[in-house]
Amino acid sequence: MPSQSKSRVQQSTAVALPRGTVIVYAVVALISLAGLADATYLTVQNLAGETAVCGGSPDCFRVLGSVYSKIAGIPVAAIGTVAYFAVFTFATFAAFGYQRARTFLAVTVFVMFLSTLWFLYVQAFLLHAFCRYCLFSAAITFLLTGLIVATPRRP
Amino acid sequence: MPSFKAIKSFLPFVIIGLVAALTITIGALLYRAKRVAAVTMSEEQTVAAQATDSVHARGSADAPVTLEEFGDFQCPPCGRLAGSLHEIEKDYGTRLRVIFRNFPFASHEHAREAAYAAEAAGLQGHFWEMHDLLYREQANWSKTKDVQPLFTSYAGMLGLNLDRFKTDMSSEKVKEKVESDQNRGEALGVKNTPTIFINNQSVPPTSLNPIALRAAIDAAVREKKASE
Repeated sequence: MPSQSKSRVQQSTAVALPRGTVIVYAVVALISLAGLADATYLTVQNLAGETAVCGGSPDCFRVLGSVYSKIAGIPVAAIGTVAYFAVFTFATFAAFGYQRARTFLAVTVFVMFLSTLWFLYVQAFLLHAFCRYCLFSAAITFLLTGLIVATPRRP
Repeated sequence: MPSFKAIKSFLPFVIIGLVAALTITIGALLYRAKRVAAVTMSEEQTVAAQATDSVHARGSADAPVTLEEFGDFQCPPCGRLAGSLHEIEKDYGTRLRVIFRNFPFASHEHAREAAYAAEAAGLQGHFWEMHDLLYREQANWSKTKDVQPLFTSYAGMLGLNLDRFKTDMSSEKVKEKVESDQNRGEALGVKNTPTIFINNQSVPPTSLNPIALRAAIDAAVREKKASE
């Protein structure tokens, strides 16, 4: 019994992590900031109406102005902004030793990884156009997935 | 004096809060910078537009509302808007005059040739027919490597003199017309297509949809009535 209650406490409060694990989570948090910047830029572009017109890179406008760029009327870029912010939040908490944040982080990154695979398929086979901002985001997600997979499960 | 442990417990909240605040602030600043400022044509620019003989206009010259579009035939949003605009033109009848200006982007492989095709058709009095056909068939010719045979076949469909069409497409007159449209757009600060001016006032990109355009035209009609 005492060991069970101890484990619950450890899930909600901070525990000391090995230095290497803390560094990995700090790196994950920093990398997610790059994704956050990218997704924020695309969200602003969408809100300003730039994706509804042509100009700049035609491939980007083809991707960002397509029917696949929105889910239930919400721009995918806005969902991406929330996802990257969630990754940053969970990685920061995980770096400070919050156990539950590690699970949330792994689940979020896994969902993002699957979404990225879908959007790469859409660009390659349905739209036949690649947006460099979307590819940058895909690279960030793959990097985050690699780091999460490589992180030791237990402190 | 708070202990190191106490600082460590609220530090993640501070970091996350700072990043959230920074993201919102930068996003808001970027949005303000990106939002296209409304452009109003000067009287000089309006007069210059009216004076041009070769302007492609559809609708009554006495219409209370003039909608001037800068478009690129290979731009998908322009293609999507063309259908809606056609419906709007039908519904507003004599109350609306539509002007089309070429603004082909270099990044669109065949946009300039398409503009030349429309202008060459215009020299035989069929600009708007070619304009509508190019937008309707945009998905087909945009993917083609050599568009010339396709454009010639479109000219054939419209009953144009094909030899003259081919000669006109590469003529200086047609090139100058496209150039002059583009120069006018650049002078007005056009950066994207479609860019629309309603009674010399630019329409923001977020309003380039049938509902918002109808609302803008209605407002322009009311304004015109009030000023008379």
